[in-house]
Amino acid sequence: MSKLKYALFTGCTAKQSTPELLSSTLAVAEKLGIEIVILEEASCCGASHLQDFDEFLAHVLNARNICYAEKLGLTMITICNTCQLNSAMTKHALDTNPELKAKVNEKLAEVGLEYKGTSEIKHFLYALIEDYGLDKIKDKVEVPLSNFNIAPFYGCHNIRPSELHHSSNGGENPYVPTSLDDLIDALEGHPVDYDHKNKCCGFHVELQANHTSEVLSGNAMVDAIDNNADLMVTPCPLCHLKMDTYQDSTGKVIGRDIELPVLHMPQMVALALGCSEKEIGLNFHVQKATQLFDEAR
Amino acid sequence: MSDTRKVTIKAFRFNAETDYLPSYKDYEMEVGKDELILDLLNRIKWEHDGSFSYRRSCRHGICGACGIKVNGKPVLSCKQNAMELLDMFNNELVFEPQSKKRAIKDMIIDKKDFWDKHAAVKPYVEAEVDPHPEHETKQSIEEFNKILDADLCIQCGSCHYACPVVEVNEEYFGPAAFVAAYRFSVDTRDNAGIERLEATAERGQGVWDCVKCYECAEACPKEINPIEKITKLHNMQFEQGVAQSNVATRHAEGFVRSIQKHGFLDEADIVVYSEGYLNMHKHIKTAIKMAMAGKIHFTDALPWVDNVPKSKNLDEIQKLIEISMTNKL
Repeated sequence: MSKLKYALFTGCTAKQSTPELLSSTLAVAEKLGIEIVILEEASCCGASHLQDFDEFLAHVLNARNICYAEKLGLTMITICNTCQLNSAMTKHALDTNPELKAKVNEKLAEVGLEYKGTSEIKHFLYALIEDYGLDKIKDKVEVPLSNFNIAPFYGCHNIRPSELHHSSNGGENPYVPTSLDDLIDALEGHPVDYDHKNKCCGFHVELQANHTSEVLSGNAMVDAIDNNADLMVTPCPLCHLKMDTYQDSTGKVIGRDIELPVLHMPQMVALALGCSEKEIGLNFHVQKATQLFDEAR
Repeated sequence: MSDTRKVTIKAFRFNAETDYLPSYKDYEMEVGKDELILDLLNRIKWEHDGSFSYRRSCRHGICGACGIKVNGKPVLSCKQNAMELLDMFNNELVFEPQSKKRAIKDMIIDKKDFWDKHAAVKPYVEAEVDPHPEHETKQSIEEFNKILDADLCIQCGSCHYACPVVEVNEEYFGPAAFVAAYRFSVDTRDNAGIERLEATAERGQGVWDCVKCYECAEACPKEINPIEKITKLHNMQFEQGVAQSNVATRHAEGFVRSIQKHGFLDEADIVVYSEGYLNMHKHIKTAIKMAMAGKIHFTDALPWVDNVPKSKNLDEIQKLIEISMTNKL
């Protein structure tokens, strides 16, 4: 197999509040011999909020991001479900609506760019599974995660709407997703089966409808805990932020003590591949997670 | 491969008049490749237990009566092939009502909340019409196209009871009501657009409480994509000057402010800008915890400190915002 090479759209959180997501992603890529070019030109994807204010502007900015991956002739990979959704939504809108594509390209031409639709957009989770392969990841495991019951939390924007994602997520079924479970298996961890694995974490209304947000994330975490999870893993840094940062207040709202380390998907892989403590970055978690590095060994 | 499969179906059984708690009963049957979920519901009633209750009427996917959940997936029983679900769920099917907490008898639920919310958005054209009109009120193709697929809604409740916000927040209108609000607000014969938009702009009941989980888009048996209409309602509130300045609208608009300055989102600024300085006390505990973990820096929220990474070619982004932005708060 020729060496895999991707253009990485980091998104905002990996550059700010979750630096551990970026460092672990790059560490995993290096271990597996995957070449990564960071799209330093990229802007915020709008996180589904800019879309609420001005949908057209969001399409223009997302199309610009994709242009830079196209220029490199590479598949664009994302490490955030919401970046994945918003980039894929723009791609779908432009690829299926020539009129909109022309309108967006008229704007992009002003800065010397053109959206062509030649780059695929894929979340890193599916690049690992579909392109690199679970068997090959399994061969590279240095620290089997057999000490842990791991609750996969899929995050809405990688699995719904399924029609939009099917070409890039291996046809994952939003009602019975399996990719994260399979990845946990490949790393020799024990996947936890629980009802809330494909439900919403409530991140997007954290500010404006706090109670809703707390109840949704609380229900999911409690479900994982009641099914004996030692930790949770998610491919989405927004799910991570919601669940890792607010366990105290969430616990108060739903009347349960919650203590559950929440890992980013690449952190879990990095842990199993024997990456360094610094690269995995468990120290950046609000809910204490640093012990996992030793517990895994 | 055989055209039939022998399976056990688990069905939710409950009678609100006599039962304290629901139970699940197993029904064994040989399922054929062309059978629909509605056929299986009928067979439970006709071949196993005549007291088994569910709603059904048209059998043609148009009356919206027979919506249930199978293994948590909202389906319109008369449209959903059973074999497809047996494949999807590894030959184990669980039949449940759309909302267990609203169950009256078996698959039948009390849909009052759905109908009340649907009615609240005025799901009809409101207009002064001449009692003796001389011609029809015609719609052009263009005008009709604006209504999109929103007119195809059959009020089956699949999206409404798939929505996690409906379960948590009793005021929330829910995706089906928003589809109706959108459908009639873009109708050029209608005069209640602003009023309807105002109702959807209220926090608690309106579109700003949407969590963006896309459960509604996945659930709709008519492929209407309700959240697409929710996004359009958000945009229309700004376009028509209905959007109030509050934490939710500033949160949406604040993205422009950040992207203009950095290309990336300024995570501290978006919170301060959305909430306003006076409300920041709510976030101090969280901010301290995040700063202790090294996720943010104590200086991030200070207006004269800029710790935010910048996109390369930021001038392009600024130019594109300048020439592409259409809405204002």
